[in-house]
Amino acid sequence: MSFVWTLAEQHEGRLKGVSYELLGRGRSLADKLDTKLASLLIGDGVSDEQLETLVHHGADEVYAIQDPRLSEFTCETYSNVLVHLIKTYRPSIILAAATSTGRTLMPHVAVRSHAGLTADCTELDIEPGTGHLLQTRPAIGGNIMATIKTPDHRPQMATVRPKSSRPLPADPSRAGRGIAVPLDDVLVDERVKARGYRGDAVDFVNLEEADVVIAGGRGMKKAEHFALLQGLADALGGAVGATRDAVDRGWVGYPHQVGLSGKTISPRLYVGAGISGAIQHLAGIKTSETIVSINSDPDASLHQVADFGIVGDLFQVLEELQRRLDELRRDGKKDGA
Amino acid sequence: MHIIVPIKQVPETSNVKMDPVTGTMIRAGVGTVVNPLDLFAIETAVRLKEAHGGRITTLTMGPRGADKALREAMAMGCDDGVLVSDRAFAGSDSWSTSYTLAQAIRKLGDFDLIVAGERATDGDTGQVGPGIAAWLDLPLATYVAAIRRVEPGRGLTIERLVEEGYQVLDLPMPALLTVVKEVAAPRLPTLRGKKRAKAAEIPLLTAADLDLESSYLGLKGSPTKVVKVATPKVTRGGTLVRAPDEDAVADAVDQLLAFLDARDLLPTGGRA
Repeated sequence: MSFVWTLAEQHEGRLKGVSYELLGRGRSLADKLDTKLASLLIGDGVSDEQLETLVHHGADEVYAIQDPRLSEFTCETYSNVLVHLIKTYRPSIILAAATSTGRTLMPHVAVRSHAGLTADCTELDIEPGTGHLLQTRPAIGGNIMATIKTPDHRPQMATVRPKSSRPLPADPSRAGRGIAVPLDDVLVDERVKARGYRGDAVDFVNLEEADVVIAGGRGMKKAEHFALLQGLADALGGAVGATRDAVDRGWVGYPHQVGLSGKTISPRLYVGAGISGAIQHLAGIKTSETIVSINSDPDASLHQVADFGIVGDLFQVLEELQRRLDELRRDGKKDGA
Repeated sequence: MHIIVPIKQVPETSNVKMDPVTGTMIRAGVGTVVNPLDLFAIETAVRLKEAHGGRITTLTMGPRGADKALREAMAMGCDDGVLVSDRAFAGSDSWSTSYTLAQAIRKLGDFDLIVAGERATDGDTGQVGPGIAAWLDLPLATYVAAIRRVEPGRGLTIERLVEEGYQVLDLPMPALLTVVKEVAAPRLPTLRGKKRAKAAEIPLLTAADLDLESSYLGLKGSPTKVVKVATPKVTRGGTLVRAPDEDAVADAVDQLLAFLDARDLLPTGGRA
């Protein structure tokens, strides 16, 4: 019997990276509780080879419920499946990603299972003695860190921000058990119909899953200058973000917006260019692993929370940085790296 | 169409101050506003009403003074406001809050749509909207960025902003939507709206008015318990390099690259 579960996510038959990050978190909890860790996949078209990689990254068991009717996330059917599995297997802890899917499915399931749920946890631990899950999360715009537990209800459920931890290294020698669970027709709720994705979306960006985010604010001065940020993002293997101000001025589209009325991100590297660091923006980036700030104003709030800040002319710094990164890339190629 | 908009009154987060000793929020002197993300839900409802007719009921669970938030929503175009307030509800987590709101919504009678904000800026969980949908067994779409088609009483087509793009969903009515900023830019309240809202009678629903399981309410009925609150270090004690001229810029960028390299943040093959 497995007591710690993590929810794997897939898109078009491919496992998403956050599935492995959750296993890293789950592994340390399962070890502390001296229990098994299972990864649970609800979806369609994920190959056995891919499911095996979940074992390599820490799972003892992999439950896969795959069916064409599960290829796209719709809350009602996914919730029926998860509620049913909880009733059947009685896990003690369930971790999911704080993605659009996890943040929709988990509260739905928590209500139906009478379970406690904590959103957007940055730290998870086991309380010595009781074995309760201790869940720490930022609240009130990141101004406080609250530690929460669920003493009397099971499962204990939590969502965790993508990119907020790293997966364990893959160990191909790890052995685990794969369990294919068929989808029972009674669990299928056909009231909501997924019609695919809008094909003509322009200026779309997947910021939540980017390792590196280069964000621009009012200091960028105009829309055309965001091309400079795109250049850096390309060189560093990242995506372009923006403040609310930059989005409201029409310089970039809403999918780029980071902060209170936009996305919350935890990339490995966040670079803020010409961003003063309003509290609403900081709320969306505070859990980034490394924060770099470039701003001519030495008193910019973003400098205060940055690991590395440059006080200087934004455009001079961006150009020089791009030139040096291009140089490194050329040299890297020359060396055959 | 009857549209229900659940809202929350939150502290003005733009100037939140924390007590460095207790780690709690200093509420004294901090104003309250309608949760900024709820304004997009209110605007969505008002536009739907303008296009298809009907009425909008906004409701909130909170202290007695939370009628102020309802009046602000009414000034933007909501027809009625309902305050759900009782000491028994104090300290509710998202599970208990969604239960109490769902029971209050049942009391409001038939509706076509519930439109909510994606999350509140204080609790920041985003769990109450999906929770209400679960309690009422309503078809759910979260992160709605656009409403494409509406057939009152029958169904609607929406687009959700998710990691991979804009997912298109067809939902029957009644349904529950949570919306994001892109869905509609909120209007300012009109003077006439403000006058009407100020004079409006706001019915109060207490625990006694609702059909409630008492063990589900408030702090005691909440599955999650806060065990500790800490104030995180705001500053990271990072390096700040001044680069007043071109030479200094070159030097600063050099230091930045070395810093990134030391943290293994440069692309492979790009060692400084």
